[in-house]
Amino acid sequence: MARRIVAGERSVEAPLLEVEDLSTHFRTPRGRVRAVDGVSFTLERGRTLGIVGESGSGKTVLSRSIMGLLPRTNVERTGTIRYEGTDISEYSQAEMREVWGPEMAMIFQDPMTSLNPVMKIGKQITESLRFHLDMPKGEANDLAVSLLRSVGIPEPAKRVKEYPHQLSGGMRQRVVIAIALACGPKLLFADEPTTALDVTVQAQILNLLDAQQRERFMAMVLVTHDLGVVAGRAHDIAVMYAGKIVEKASAKTLFASMRMPYTEALLESIPKLEYASHTRLASIPGRPPDLANPPKGCNFAPRCRYAQERCLEEEPELQAGADTGHVFACHYPVGTEAGAEALARNLARGFTPAQDEAEVSITQPAGSGA
Amino acid sequence: MSELLPDHREDQTVGIPEAAGASPGETTAKAADDGRSRKRRLGIGFWLSTVWLVIVFGLTMLAPYLPFVDEPGAFPDFSVDPAAGPSGSHWFGVNNNGDDIFSQVVNGGRTSLLIAFAVVILGFVSGGIVGMVAGFFRGRTDRVISAIVDILLAFPALVLALAMIAIFASDGSTVRPSMPVVIGALSILSVAPLARITRGITLAFAEREFVTAARTLGASNIRILRKEILPNVIPPMAVFSLTVIAVVIVAEGALAFLGLSVGAPNQTWGKLINDGRPRLETSPHITFFPAGVMFLTILALNYIGDILQSKFTVREGAL
Repeated sequence: MARRIVAGERSVEAPLLEVEDLSTHFRTPRGRVRAVDGVSFTLERGRTLGIVGESGSGKTVLSRSIMGLLPRTNVERTGTIRYEGTDISEYSQAEMREVWGPEMAMIFQDPMTSLNPVMKIGKQITESLRFHLDMPKGEANDLAVSLLRSVGIPEPAKRVKEYPHQLSGGMRQRVVIAIALACGPKLLFADEPTTALDVTVQAQILNLLDAQQRERFMAMVLVTHDLGVVAGRAHDIAVMYAGKIVEKASAKTLFASMRMPYTEALLESIPKLEYASHTRLASIPGRPPDLANPPKGCNFAPRCRYAQERCLEEEPELQAGADTGHVFACHYPVGTEAGAEALARNLARGFTPAQDEAEVSITQPAGSGA
Repeated sequence: MSELLPDHREDQTVGIPEAAGASPGETTAKAADDGRSRKRRLGIGFWLSTVWLVIVFGLTMLAPYLPFVDEPGAFPDFSVDPAAGPSGSHWFGVNNNGDDIFSQVVNGGRTSLLIAFAVVILGFVSGGIVGMVAGFFRGRTDRVISAIVDILLAFPALVLALAMIAIFASDGSTVRPSMPVVIGALSILSVAPLARITRGITLAFAEREFVTAARTLGASNIRILRKEILPNVIPPMAVFSLTVIAVVIVAEGALAFLGLSVGAPNQTWGKLINDGRPRLETSPHITFFPAGVMFLTILALNYIGDILQSKFTVREGAL
């Protein structure tokens, strides 16, 4: 019953996870929806990659694509996913079953629905231990208790005998984390792990994930819509928009010298404590494009205050920035002469080429003197 | 007003004749029930129905061991006029053959309930498996199963049952169905609805995140069905089954009334009702007692089923 991938296929030298040109398209009656469109990245052992984007930008589909958790019908996934150097993109469900658990695990967004309401918490944790690691019952139970303790659940010995509805949302999410960590995965996907939780417990859960990750030298993909969540926690951050990575850099570089106007807009939309009361919250005008029918040129152009005629015609390619590992896709990047000129031109005429005059008035980026 | 209040309450307690006359432990049971009903808010009707069902099931299932219940035709008592009605020695009176009707009702209930339970268990298991498979795997499997279930549901069930009995239990001139044939014919009534309802519940649960979560921990489909979905599907199925039991009891009664249910020496409630029909004008109690017991049993089953169903929906929402 030892369920392990043949050791020879794996290589310790290879990066833990390499994603190359991954695309996930859904066939719908309205046409092909490009939920993930040509995404590439590499994740080394023990590192955290934050994937940031607003709703519908494809970040959840991306993590599910890598995990192989897509619906069975009307999906087309192309590209390669290499796990420890082994191509797992063509793995069947049965083969993936050996990867899930001890190699990769996932924490879901809503702890209210990701626990089985009629199964005791202890059983939900021991299930995978007994199944993957062939652990005897007593030993698995002991491990379940110590796992619950390690995720900060008080009186773990009592909790294992309780049902999910007896716990609060934050406690449930801790249980979900304990379940995901049970088999000691090397790669953990956390899909908006704090979105369904009260703000007061969000930080606790994130700190817990952080601590567990460091302790286990586990790689983590942290998916969120909140740049504030990944700030200070992720080593690298990838910003996704309309199924594509539009900017990727180390966390430090990204916050210090972002190039993509979308990243800038995301950052501005985080309310700050020093704002005067009743300050209007900054938001990004418009909504993400219809992925079944994406606009010509840059996907973000219709909402971008830097947009020029060229953005509506020509899709920007990912280009390297000044710092290592920094890539972005923009014709008029923030913080460059071209970008400043573009913004000045738009401010002067009061609208961008993508907008009608009457539609939205464009605003100055907060705190920038352009 | 303050004087009216106790009277009014008194009225309510004696206002339920069947339950009041049914058991000597009734008053204490009711007092205890009252406390619980306030706590869990299931209502007095729920507990009265439960008490009634416990009495009916207890008596019918224990019938062979009860001294006051005779086998049909064992001790015919011709000294009593069938038209005389209930008396101290024959609680429900006697019928034309001199049989004690109370014993008949108890023995009839035994067969009626056995058939109903067998039919529902058959439906629970086969309908449950089929429904879970359809709801979980979806796609072509689901389309085929759903089509078959829809066809079964489109038939008038009783007509289909009659046809099946006519085919499987006829020797050319007479129809003498055996217990398995009746159970098989009536199982149309339970398999199709239970399959459909299980499919619906499974569809909903298969979409839930904890199923995906189990999958990401390496659980196989069979394992997910068994460990994750089955425990969630069983409670609502069981509640629905209560209503199905009631439907099956009625259907069996209808078959028996037409003379197409299990043959002698088995009695069923439907047969007893049919037996009393020619004498309806002179001795209505021969029909009334089995019909009344059957009516109350079905009412109780439906009532409990309804209440539990509403409780389950509430609890699901709170999760």
